[in-house]
Amino acid sequence: MTASETEQVRMDKLKLRSTLTALGMLPVLVLLAIGFHVLSGRFLSVNNLSIVMQQASINTVLAAGMTFVILTGGIDLSVGSILAASAMIAVIVSLVPDLGMLGIPAAIAAGLACGFLNGAIIAWLKLPPFIVTLGSLTAIRGVARLLGGDTTVFNPDLPFDFIGNGSLFGVPWLAVIAIATIIVSWFILKRTVLGTWIYAVGGNSEAARLTGIKVPLVLLFVYSMSGLLSGLGGAMSAARLYAANGLQLGQAYELDAIAAVILGGTSFVGGVGSIWGTLIGALIIAVLSNGLILVGVSDIWQYIIKGLVIIVAVGLDRYRLKGLGRT
Amino acid sequence: MTATANGQRALLEMRDISKTFGASKALSQVSLTVHPGEVHALMGENGAGKSTLMKILSGAYTADPGGLVLIDGETVTLGDPLKAKAYGIAVIYQELSLAPNLTVAQNMFLGNEPSRFGLADRAEMRRRAEPILKQLGIGFDSSRRVAELSLGERQMVEIARALTTKARIIVMDEPTTSLTSRETDRLFDVIARLKADGIAIIYISHRMEEIYQLSDRVSVLRDGAYVGTLDRGDLSASKLVSMMVGRDLSSFYKKEHRQVGSERAAVLSVKNIGDGNKVHDCSFEVRAGEVLGIAGLVGSGRTELARLVYGADHRTSGDLVLNGKPLAINSPRDALDAGIAYLTEDRKVLGLFLDMSISDNINIGVLSADAKAGGVRDFARARERAVHAVKSLSIRTAGTQINVGALSGGNQQKVLLARLLETKPKAIILDEPTRGVDVGAKSEIYRIIDELAQNGIAIVVISSDLPEILGIADRVLVMREGRIAGEVTGSAEAPIGQEAIMALATGSAGHAA
Repeated sequence: MTASETEQVRMDKLKLRSTLTALGMLPVLVLLAIGFHVLSGRFLSVNNLSIVMQQASINTVLAAGMTFVILTGGIDLSVGSILAASAMIAVIVSLVPDLGMLGIPAAIAAGLACGFLNGAIIAWLKLPPFIVTLGSLTAIRGVARLLGGDTTVFNPDLPFDFIGNGSLFGVPWLAVIAIATIIVSWFILKRTVLGTWIYAVGGNSEAARLTGIKVPLVLLFVYSMSGLLSGLGGAMSAARLYAANGLQLGQAYELDAIAAVILGGTSFVGGVGSIWGTLIGALIIAVLSNGLILVGVSDIWQYIIKGLVIIVAVGLDRYRLKGLGRT
Repeated sequence: MTATANGQRALLEMRDISKTFGASKALSQVSLTVHPGEVHALMGENGAGKSTLMKILSGAYTADPGGLVLIDGETVTLGDPLKAKAYGIAVIYQELSLAPNLTVAQNMFLGNEPSRFGLADRAEMRRRAEPILKQLGIGFDSSRRVAELSLGERQMVEIARALTTKARIIVMDEPTTSLTSRETDRLFDVIARLKADGIAIIYISHRMEEIYQLSDRVSVLRDGAYVGTLDRGDLSASKLVSMMVGRDLSSFYKKEHRQVGSERAAVLSVKNIGDGNKVHDCSFEVRAGEVLGIAGLVGSGRTELARLVYGADHRTSGDLVLNGKPLAINSPRDALDAGIAYLTEDRKVLGLFLDMSISDNINIGVLSADAKAGGVRDFARARERAVHAVKSLSIRTAGTQINVGALSGGNQQKVLLARLLETKPKAIILDEPTRGVDVGAKSEIYRIIDELAQNGIAIVVISSDLPEILGIADRVLVMREGRIAGEVTGSAEAPIGQEAIMALATGSAGHAA
């Protein structure tokens, strides 16, 4: 009986495929780390790895929010601007006597409000996410500059500076927040009804509507989530710098966040992907930046190499998965 | 002119063709002989190997070593699509492959443009296109844009394109799936003309009626192996079905539920519903345990009517009543909450989440009902539901966590059925429930529908397949141009006739026999 044999082969193939998908870019990350260590001799030190984690953390938080959005087949270009505006608010509020700690919730709330606005326009007015968030990228950048009168705001006695520079049991707070964000995101995506709806909307939004899923609410959630996490990123950034500048902060951050998500194997058209992949993607980007500096590559070449690695890595990934799938 | 296939020299001969993918054998020593001027139907359940065989013929796949392909008695190696084309083999695909923004003539010569000084020569193109269109008896002008054409007309353009490359063997894969019956007739005319010119047609279809009407011979594949070939004179439905499924199907359509009379109260009443565009003033009732058929030509507004009832589209007029209570349905969510479920006609585009597991596809409509505190999913309950559904609807799969995309069409359809049954509906609307589904799965779907009726669910079945609707429905509504043209009721003694339905559907009541 060949039918059961073919079935077996097909199952084995599916299993292999899902293992490879889950593994994703992890081998690339490991190879890069080893490569940089061999070249520089000091990449894999505790001290340097701690720095890499700090560098990766803000992008990880933004990319987690971006994962929600891209899973629905959308895009959020405004995360960098939201981060800047939220960071401004965090520092401004931190200057209020006795209430300085409110800077953190204020930043998060501001981010949430921006994301909610994006989501409302996309979900109810049914405008394309690319256009809407391209608009808010520009508009919110303007708001960020307005908030500080187009100057840099400082607070040398920032009440929540431990977030930016302290550590918890030896792990930098920034990294703790990033890991917590990933775990919460994983829980929402894989363990809740809402998470399944997010995948469903990204996989087939019309079918989702016909099965009774309230698609606009799902969209509103993912953009709000992306905004909220950008706000959190703003607070983290402010805590690290003791300052914020509406013009310069968070410039082009959306590109790194999108790159992390895509490196992590999330499909650009939605419906397929995982938050762990995003974490690995964000780490790859951080390892590249840090490693290239350690090796002594010039700033200009860093850009070129980073860009090429992203394209080649994603290309290899897609090619590999394609070769396995046969129907 | 009638072309008798027997006694002529074979135009195409495929001998002992095998094809393996990895360790799985898709085709095993299949042979097929096609004569000039014959319509040779190729039948078999989904997954029987028809498409693989045709992909080998068109050069998309390379066959395993050991087989032979002969054209005009000479061995040829096909290997790639360009070569196959050069040998006169053309395939008309299900998903039409035309560029809608270009003209008919441009599409016919796409990739093959007559050129002068490196520029496409439009006049020459039109000059060459016209006689081909005339040969096919096509009425439209070659300078029209494809976007303006109907699906049936686009198919004609595909065929015309095949003729520009001097095709002698044309493969048509389910060509009538999305055609109206008038367009189907047109296609059959064209096929007759092609036959008369000595062109061989390999015709793949699940529709028995077409097979009877068109084919000179029928070859059947099952599980990648050749079962046999029947001549036109030996054709019978029972013989073909048993060849395809490998066993006899004594009663293909199942109808054991008791026909309910008007004494039972209506479960769902639809009153004067309309969308101001494609559906006008439609009213009907369906009772508990009743199967109501809705027939009509493609484009008569059947799907649109179903979508209005389900709240998928906006209705401008009309009321819905379920078990005596008026309903306010403005979205599919409202309909599901009220107990009305809808199975879409287009399972891939509007139904399935192809990247999600079978379990998730079955459970997606009841996730929030099953959820634990805080919206956390109850995976144990989901597994229970999925395992139970797989068993009770006999969905053939190795597990419930596999992607639904890996299933065959019939099993995918059963997954969708399972999804809507999980919502415990009181009334269900099934839109083309057996479209693109193989014979074995069809009969199982009929069994499921019958069981649901026995359990007292009110069922509406929309179908373009007349024997099917006659086989399973107790009453049939016929739609024409967005309105209900009439109702036909039968009984065990006097079953509903196809003629009565066609007469209402086409508006030619006077001509009906």
